[in-house]
Amino acid sequence: MAIGVKVMKRPEREASYVRATLKGMALTFKHMFEPKVTMQYPEEKSTRDERGTWTLSPRWRGTHRMLTDEQGRSKCVACGLCPQICPSNCIKLVPGEDEEGNRYPLIYEIDEFRCIFCGYCQEVCPEEAIHVGQHYENSEYTRGRFVYDLERLSAQTHAVSTLWDPTDPRGE
Amino acid sequence: MNPELKGYILLSVIKMLVVFTVVLVGVALLTLLERKVSAWMQNRRGPNRVGWAGLLQPAADGLKNILKEETFPAEANRLLFLLAPAMAFIPALMLSAVIPFAAPLRLDFDFTAGPLGRFVHHGLMPMVVADVPVGFLFVLAISSMGVYGIALAGWSSNSKYSLLGGLRATAQMISYEVAMGMSLIPVLLLSGDVSFSAIILEQSRTLWFVLPLFLSFFIFLISGFAETNRLPFDLPEAESELIAGYHSEYSAMKFSMFFIAEYANVVTVSAMVATLFFGGWDIPFTKADESGLWYWVILSHVMFFVKTFFWIFFIMWIRWTLPRFRYDQLMALGWKFLLPVALAYIMVISGAIYVLQHVAGVSSPMTRALALTAISLVAGVLVFWVLDRGLIVSGSQPRHQRLEPDLLQNPLGRTPLGGRAAGVRVTS
Repeated sequence: MAIGVKVMKRPEREASYVRATLKGMALTFKHMFEPKVTMQYPEEKSTRDERGTWTLSPRWRGTHRMLTDEQGRSKCVACGLCPQICPSNCIKLVPGEDEEGNRYPLIYEIDEFRCIFCGYCQEVCPEEAIHVGQHYENSEYTRGRFVYDLERLSAQTHAVSTLWDPTDPRGE
Repeated sequence: MNPELKGYILLSVIKMLVVFTVVLVGVALLTLLERKVSAWMQNRRGPNRVGWAGLLQPAADGLKNILKEETFPAEANRLLFLLAPAMAFIPALMLSAVIPFAAPLRLDFDFTAGPLGRFVHHGLMPMVVADVPVGFLFVLAISSMGVYGIALAGWSSNSKYSLLGGLRATAQMISYEVAMGMSLIPVLLLSGDVSFSAIILEQSRTLWFVLPLFLSFFIFLISGFAETNRLPFDLPEAESELIAGYHSEYSAMKFSMFFIAEYANVVTVSAMVATLFFGGWDIPFTKADESGLWYWVILSHVMFFVKTFFWIFFIMWIRWTLPRFRYDQLMALGWKFLLPVALAYIMVISGAIYVLQHVAGVSSPMTRALALTAISLVAGVLVFWVLDRGLIVSGSQPRHQRLEPDLLQNPLGRTPLGGRAAGVRVTS
């Protein structure tokens, strides 16, 4: 016997069908008056805080966000690790260098259509610059709008994802 | 043309327009109600976006279905493929013509409308489109015509799933038609007439037939489920086996027609149950509803509506409670349980009526109804406590017991034929 298989207790031969039907009908009738579980989506949304009924997992991986420093420049140092690790090859990075020798991204684009939201870019980033975020409402009117450039990534304000931590697997 | 005939035609046309409009709109709203009821029973809310509380959802669905592309399967028989939805749809609607929806109205008018001439009506007007003297025989005849639409849809689609669905529908409806017809014979015996008006009057004089003829009601209700192809008997469109059964290949408005037909059948069966067994428009404990005054007519209509609506709800309730029958269970229930019980019940009721009338000399219909209620109570107890012991629907247990010697030799339950694993008893 395989582990974890639930063995159903079958009714005996003498079981009454009519009585079972009535029991089932009583159950479904009772359910008509129970509180509804449907989320009224555009009005109710999944929120991160515990006030609402609906919570989004802190590990949710949605569209990206680029963090910026105090001067409003992106934290990215164009090291090239994220396009290297990206399994779907959706990050386009052209590095540049200023007069002081600091590297910065000339072009940093993420194609959100190609992205599989694995979160490796966030995990690999040494500067904690690129993040996957807790955002899932991404409708646009053209396909081109789904290639997020550096300006747009930096302008995002949504919460960033807390990636899974192997030392704390339950997120405690 | 004489003025009385013209008055009659005028009233009939008005009743026709009103009844068919109400039925069609009601059927559209029933699709919404079904989705709402299913949602409520599953702790959901159901459609609530289009219009107030989703009331315009049927209109949105209808609009969508009219605008959708009509597809034809390759090698389909075009003529029959187009004809089938109408063949399913028309009998379903025709049935609403013969069911009385309110007490007769006393209506007297005599007027002249210009070139159309004089219209005259005196006396009680039956609140039914066609007060046919053949009554429920008409319903039995027409309702079994609905199967042509389904069978033709299944055959003309040139699809194996559709064909299987159509064949199942045919076999199922023919089987249950027998039990349904037999279950109505006690009603005929007790009322002495097949017309709906006479049946309702008999019930308002004595008791609602659900009491003296309880088993007839029970058999009629189950057969009604099977006739409308609703769960637990929706084998013709069993989506887990046959995709969508006979309407797999249908799209757009033709698909909608099958749905309208199904819900129109639900309305008809509910109205039939209400009329034949729950007194139709009869308001209990009063005779005033037969006076023909307009406010009593409206009250009696409300009564009819409430009764019908309860049975519509009941049919939906059952649908979201019971799982689908297996095909052999369906046939066994129809032929081995409902039909013998219906036949035995006819003999019991006719014997009881004979004994009461000719031996015991009971002449009052009320006494007779009460005596039959007692007999039906005994018969009901017999059926539900004695026959209903794994016999109404047999589970896998008897087959499993048959298999046990095999299983001892072959613990995995693999017989040379294969596929008998259902009989394996797992002991942990």
